[in-house]
Amino acid sequence: MSSQKAPSIAVRGVGKSYSGVSVLRDIDLDIAPGEVHGLVGENGAGKSTLLKILGGAIRADAGTLSFDGEQVTVGSPRDSIAHGISLISQEGALVPALSVLDNVFLARWSHRGGLVSARSDRKRLAALLETTGFSVDPDVRVDTLPIGVQQQVEILRSLARGARVIAMDEPTAVLAEHEKDNLLALIRKLAAGGTTIILVSHFLEEVLSVADRITVLRDGALIRTVDASDTSPRELVGHMVGREIDVLYPDPQPVPEGAPVVLSARNLRRGLVNGVDLQVRSGEILGIAGLVGSGRTETLRLLFGADKPVEGVVEVDGAALAAHTPRAAMAAGVAMVPESRKEQGLVMQRSVAENVALSSLSGRRSGPFVKRPAEKTAVGEISKSVDIRAANPEAPIETLSGGNQQKALFAKWLLRKPKVLLIDEPTRGVDVAAKTQIHHLITGLAADGMAVVCVSSEIEELLALSHRVLVLRHGEPVGEFPRGTTPEVVVAAAFGSHEGEPS
Amino acid sequence: MSVDTTPQTAAARTPAAGNMSRLAFRMRDYGIVAALVIIVIALSVSTDTFLTSGNLVNLLDQTAVLGLLATGATICIISGVFDLTASATLALSAIIGVQVGRVTDVYVGFAAAAVAGALLGFVTGTVVVRSGVNSFVGTLATSLVYRGLAVMVTGGAIVYPLTQSAETFGMLTWPSLFGLTSATIMFVVVVAILAVVVSRTTFGRRLYAVGGNAEAARLSGIRVGSIHVTAFMISGVCSALAGLILASRAGSAQSTMATGMELTAIAAAVVGGTSILGGEGAVWRALVGALLLTLIGNGFNLLGWDTIYQQVLQGLLILFAVTMDRWLRKRTR
Repeated sequence: MSSQKAPSIAVRGVGKSYSGVSVLRDIDLDIAPGEVHGLVGENGAGKSTLLKILGGAIRADAGTLSFDGEQVTVGSPRDSIAHGISLISQEGALVPALSVLDNVFLARWSHRGGLVSARSDRKRLAALLETTGFSVDPDVRVDTLPIGVQQQVEILRSLARGARVIAMDEPTAVLAEHEKDNLLALIRKLAAGGTTIILVSHFLEEVLSVADRITVLRDGALIRTVDASDTSPRELVGHMVGREIDVLYPDPQPVPEGAPVVLSARNLRRGLVNGVDLQVRSGEILGIAGLVGSGRTETLRLLFGADKPVEGVVEVDGAALAAHTPRAAMAAGVAMVPESRKEQGLVMQRSVAENVALSSLSGRRSGPFVKRPAEKTAVGEISKSVDIRAANPEAPIETLSGGNQQKALFAKWLLRKPKVLLIDEPTRGVDVAAKTQIHHLITGLAADGMAVVCVSSEIEELLALSHRVLVLRHGEPVGEFPRGTTPEVVVAAAFGSHEGEPS
Repeated sequence: MSVDTTPQTAAARTPAAGNMSRLAFRMRDYGIVAALVIIVIALSVSTDTFLTSGNLVNLLDQTAVLGLLATGATICIISGVFDLTASATLALSAIIGVQVGRVTDVYVGFAAAAVAGALLGFVTGTVVVRSGVNSFVGTLATSLVYRGLAVMVTGGAIVYPLTQSAETFGMLTWPSLFGLTSATIMFVVVVAILAVVVSRTTFGRRLYAVGGNAEAARLSGIRVGSIHVTAFMISGVCSALAGLILASRAGSAQSTMATGMELTAIAAAVVGGTSILGGEGAVWRALVGALLLTLIGNGFNLLGWDTIYQQVLQGLLILFAVTMDRWLRKRTR
């Protein structure tokens, strides 16, 4: 990257702390116009904080920001928008009930004499669609769109505001494989047109493939900025965690000969799910792969009774579930770690201990009362065995890092000693170290005889952990692959580009 | 677990962070108690009548009705619902209590009122859970029905107990233990029981979980609907008991009793520090909130201030409490 021109963004000595704890300190960073700059680090490393400072969502305590060589004060999102900085956050910031058109020009509608002029907005949108190559109907409500398209709407909005810098926080986390490729291609195109892109992502290969330079943050400090062309995932992970660690996945132990079938389902149907059969043996990890919308998550939810199947049978140890409800599934020894720990898994404002104890309250009571000493012991033991690092088990669970929250979610279900564990996205939004711990945890549980069904969007993770992978497409099984299958074969089956061969 | 990366830094950082945030939590937890203590001290110093046993007995007696309603409101709010039927339930069950008392005797009438409160709560809860309507709207509509029933039952008139049982009917105003009124004793006992139920039982745990994240609770095997119905039933009983206190004081009941008081009860719950978002709060907070709001009235009386300003001050206090709560919450996150 040439340094002759003034950098698009120059960060000098920026720091931020909360109640005396510094979350970001002394950051110096220059990003050139038209550069794609990757920002990586473990959860809590300060990536999101830095983005939010650039985007004006929070104020830095120390340091200065310059945009295009001009030092500026950024106190609000309004300020940074005015300076041409646009932040696309993880959660998204669309107004669900408004149309695509209204969202793209939100608060920037063309108007004539105080009246919004939809016609001129329509023209502007058409021009934007042409440059980006997106095709979106301007008049549909955004909440009816798939998440990948919603993200496109956010990008359109950034461009409509004339953003010269677009900062994206984990943009690919919610996307299916082909949507990711489209996004990465667009990023390159925008950069080639002179837009500066800052990309925060957990997916190192992705960052490496698209970024010009990559900055690694750790514990709020900038560790190193490197050229993407002469680094590797292993080196980056090494900088992220402070030393090179083994990013290898643990191998699951082979399923013992003659291990009994614990969970079986026949002809499950509801909504997206269109006739799924599966069997899982004791000690076996069954992976379910498929594109977003293939019915992976929905299948797990049907198995657990979170949704009622319209048709089909779920059996545990050969006996059909008494009812298709979470309670009946739990009584039969089934547990489910759901897709979103924030929305479906944890009660964020309650304590770590309360959350861990929640699914097994009846096991530790005398009359109507909670047996508190027994609970303390049980929670303490399970927390230790899954290695939840909480300074205080009475603190609200939202104060924990994503990795520790996820481990707490596992702990909650392991306290019930389930026979079947259904896991949806075991390591979403979890840092590298906790991720490896969770992988070991899962293979360890299977080795102890648990039947595990695992859904993951990360195909490498799924293939590494599973004994067998079942691929769904449009809610139907289209192939089953043994351990050792390459990602390409599985992805091809998920896309339906060739017939999967049942093994 | 073989990989072990963050502990050094995490361990070095957490003690200080822990202390800071724990301090902030304390502030949030007990700030409202400090406010109560300050007002009590101020009134004790500025008047010689505040700290008399007569005034304190009176103060607690005045708090009983609002305190019971605020406790019911708090339990509902913790579980993530609002009960706007509280004052209508209060009136309807008090009327039922008086009417049943006329044909049987006063005690049976009182018991009938409590049972009516529970049943009305069951109906409210079932309506809200089954219809899936937002509780605010669902209970608003249900409360109109209950008020209407109260008018129908009484024909719009005031109902009295039989003349020969009028004295017994006033029993909740009688002095009892430590010179406190029977109403105060009943209020304290009920609130104490509910405080234990909420903080020590598995039901209490489920109550918080349902209010904090209903979907997570459901996927943890909790029957979300029955937890909500139970919360409404508890609120119904609290309302009925509050109704009995008012009726016993007045020697009668009528369909317009305590109109609008459900909102004061919610305000008391919030002033006490229970989050209207659900999943947080405590029964003792209802008590503190009710005491605080009652104290303001009491203070106006004792200081001889014009009661014209009383509502303004109460309103400002509610705003202040909620703003403080929000502010402290922001800082701790």
